[in-house]
Amino acid sequence: MFAVVQFPGSNDDRDMRFALKSALAVEAALVWHKDPELPPDTEAVLLPGGFSYGDYLRCGAMAHYSPIVAAVKRFAERGGPVLGTCNGFQILCESGLLPGVLIRNHHLRFVCELLHVRVEASRAPFTSRARTGEVLRIPIKHGEGAYTADAETLDALERNGQIALRYCEPDGAVTDRANPNGSLRNIAGITNEAGNVLGLMPHPEHAVEPSIGGVDGLAILGSLVDAVARK
Amino acid sequence: MSGEEPVVNLEVALANGLTEEEYERVLELLGRVPTFPEVGIFGVMWSEHCSYKSSRVYLKELPTDGEQVLEGPGENAGAVALGDGLAAVFKIESHNHPSFIEPVQGAATGVGGILRDIFTMGARPVASMDSIRLGPLDDPVHQRLLRGVVEGIGGYGNPVGVPTVGGETQFHECYRGNILVNAFNLGVVESDRIFRASAAGVGNPVIYVGSKTGRDGIHGASLLASSEFDDESDAKRPTVQVGDPFTEKCLIEACLELMRTDAIVGIQDMGAAGLTCSSFEMADRGDTGIEMDLDRVPQRARGMTPYEMLLSESQERMLIVARAGREQEVEAIFARWDLDAVVVGRVTGDGRMRIRWHGKTVVDIPVAPVSGSSPVLERPVAEPADLRERQKLDLASVAPEEDLGAALEALLDSPNLGSKRWVYRQYDQLVQGNTVLGPGGDAALVRVKREDGTPTSKALAMAVDCNPRWCWLDPYLGTVAAVAEATRNVACTGARPMALTNCLNFGNPEKPEIMWEFAQATRGLSDASRALATPVVSGNVSFYNETSGRAIYPTPVIAAVGLLEPWERFAVSHFPESGLAVVLLGETREELGGSHWLAERRGLEAGLPPAVDLDRERRLQGLLAVGVERGLLRSAHDVSDGGIAVALAECSFAEGEPGLGVRVELDETMRPDALLFGETPSRVVATTSDPDGLLAAAAEAGVPARTVGETGGDRLIIASGPGRSWIDVEVSRLQAIWERAIPRRLETS
Repeated sequence: MFAVVQFPGSNDDRDMRFALKSALAVEAALVWHKDPELPPDTEAVLLPGGFSYGDYLRCGAMAHYSPIVAAVKRFAERGGPVLGTCNGFQILCESGLLPGVLIRNHHLRFVCELLHVRVEASRAPFTSRARTGEVLRIPIKHGEGAYTADAETLDALERNGQIALRYCEPDGAVTDRANPNGSLRNIAGITNEAGNVLGLMPHPEHAVEPSIGGVDGLAILGSLVDAVARK
Repeated sequence: MSGEEPVVNLEVALANGLTEEEYERVLELLGRVPTFPEVGIFGVMWSEHCSYKSSRVYLKELPTDGEQVLEGPGENAGAVALGDGLAAVFKIESHNHPSFIEPVQGAATGVGGILRDIFTMGARPVASMDSIRLGPLDDPVHQRLLRGVVEGIGGYGNPVGVPTVGGETQFHECYRGNILVNAFNLGVVESDRIFRASAAGVGNPVIYVGSKTGRDGIHGASLLASSEFDDESDAKRPTVQVGDPFTEKCLIEACLELMRTDAIVGIQDMGAAGLTCSSFEMADRGDTGIEMDLDRVPQRARGMTPYEMLLSESQERMLIVARAGREQEVEAIFARWDLDAVVVGRVTGDGRMRIRWHGKTVVDIPVAPVSGSSPVLERPVAEPADLRERQKLDLASVAPEEDLGAALEALLDSPNLGSKRWVYRQYDQLVQGNTVLGPGGDAALVRVKREDGTPTSKALAMAVDCNPRWCWLDPYLGTVAAVAEATRNVACTGARPMALTNCLNFGNPEKPEIMWEFAQATRGLSDASRALATPVVSGNVSFYNETSGRAIYPTPVIAAVGLLEPWERFAVSHFPESGLAVVLLGETREELGGSHWLAERRGLEAGLPPAVDLDRERRLQGLLAVGVERGLLRSAHDVSDGGIAVALAECSFAEGEPGLGVRVELDETMRPDALLFGETPSRVVATTSDPDGLLAAAAEAGVPARTVGETGGDRLIIASGPGRSWIDVEVSRLQAIWERAIPRRLETS
């Protein structure tokens, strides 16, 4: 079973559930932030976008202390797949499941737009449905999405193949112009070293219907569904 | 204001916003001198903002009925039936004065307030729009206000999880001293689950939920919203409330969860005048009374007086009347969301509002006379002395445009006609996953889901419009045009317009000229909404939009909502591909009165605005629906600000991508500047792959139509005949100018 964690202030929780169900025929349960454990049959965890606990401190900083995030950490350490989008990515960084941090966009404004990201490697469980180098059109919407880490960490991410997605031009070129928020090395999404935890700022759940944002988000959510099905 | 409460006399009454006459009435009603909290209550309840005392005689003339209408004006918001047991609930409301004094919080709490009006009815808010009007963008003050208002709208709307899908942003000298921020929200609910704000059932508990009460926003309604601005207005900053979108988000979820039970009988948002207004309105609607104990009200400040508690406009609070014995169910749901839910009183049968504090009764007044029979004024009206002067325009004496291409570029570079992407890019347009068409087109289109997440075949189209210059030149014609344009924009998606909501922004109603404008505008609203079968189901009046005696132009903002089913078939507003026939629907008259061209290129705001032929408008809108239904329309874009030339350019642009060119030939015999930039209403630029089919459908509908060109290439070419081009320019050049119109002005500061 897929588990979508619901924090107070989560906004895309219902959308994530809808995307999985409508486009991929996968049922997902909403799991409450005060729950100490994930449901026993959990096969994948999704941390949705939003403003958990209002995000009045640092984004994701409060969520890190919620009971459910401790359970999610245990799940991830056992190798279970965990996907965090937007606020979910921020929470994964804050809780130490992913390296680095997301800071305010360099222009200091919230930004919502459909843009392009390049898949850096086709790999289970998150990008197997895409080709390496494939360009996906997926929206972003955030005020604090500038991925930042020290040079050593960034080099390690590159070396280990942990960079999953980069902001790019429609033709796949990685340029400053294509970078919407000042993320270092145009990073839009990274995995942990083991590859079972992905955090990304773009919202695949908002790109699952042809007339509502396109269907490129399925390359990511569909990969996760495939990976769980193969188990 | 803490400590000893003053003894009430006329002076205190005046300071609370009452007139001498109204104070006399209070004395008569009570048969005694009111207490300090009581005079505060009368002050807010009888304020212009809460009582609509100047506007009520006009508002009651508006058409509010129709078979689609489930709830007209009077409740928190209007509701229309969508079929299959679903309803749309919507309203637009002003937050003008707070936004001018403190743009970020003023705009934010405007969004918060309108959201509460919607979910109070049991509806999940699914779409927001915002109508913003500021002074000229070269003024650093208004650059700051624009940044602040947009930050406030996004800063509240984004965390609360409701997409902002449309709106308008305009700049004009008349708003230099008084900006306008009108917030629209629409929610979806099952028709048989619409909640009303009534305190029914003697003995039922009155429950306070949400944020704690503080000292913020006291006198927001009575003093801030119901008087003009002057040099001292900055001192009113403490009357602006502070918003907390996180609490609002939790409040939405908790209230919707609660409403799925049958534990409650009524619910009301604490908006203007907070606890006072909400309890009086609920008791009035329920034909009951309420007794309340202020010591139980959750408080965030120490030592608050009854006066402060009753008049506080702290945000994110609601009042609920539950069924007796079901209190714990209510408390449990709110506890899950970490929100306060406290029983503060009971419904009584004696029709009185009785409020206790520290064991003594501090308020004891009859409900009905305070809320039901507040004063109704028939204020004097007089046509403005210079109206005829404004309307004078001898077109022959206006120098013709020398360079039509340069004129088009100048118009696209004006902040009013330039791209608004800088604004809406800061809003989450996508959350909830239903945005078929977002901001930037004629209307937004939002697919409807049921509360359990099941998608339906329905979508709602919505648009908000007003041309204040036209309303200043002729408030009747201008308001008719605003209704026509808002509904036309909705129709351009293929949807059928269903109903309207409106926010009537005007100056000081105590001036006969302002009341005349208001009377003309409401007459226009009535005539247009009747002719187009789009009743007015909710609305808001904002008077006193003036500073130091200078009023804004009359600005009756109209929002229209329409239904499209099945939603998968819709028209976009830009050119979708090359090789399509471009068809112009409607007729162009030689008129430039009140046009953007005249204002921008000749510095003139004069003439009569174009008159809308409402029968013709209705037929055009019907054709658009039929055209989309039959697959005859690929795109449809309303011709409005800047005329055909600007409309064609907008159709050519594509957000974040290279645009698509077009070549059209226009052969009407009239001055070319009027042909290209005139703003005759009831016109649409359409594209089709079946021009014969579309022209036949147009003939059937009685709409003038002809094929004028074809999409393709990378240039915008407007010609009068073969080899005779008026305008011939690269689309990319125009698009760059248009996209930079707002950002380039903000970068210089």
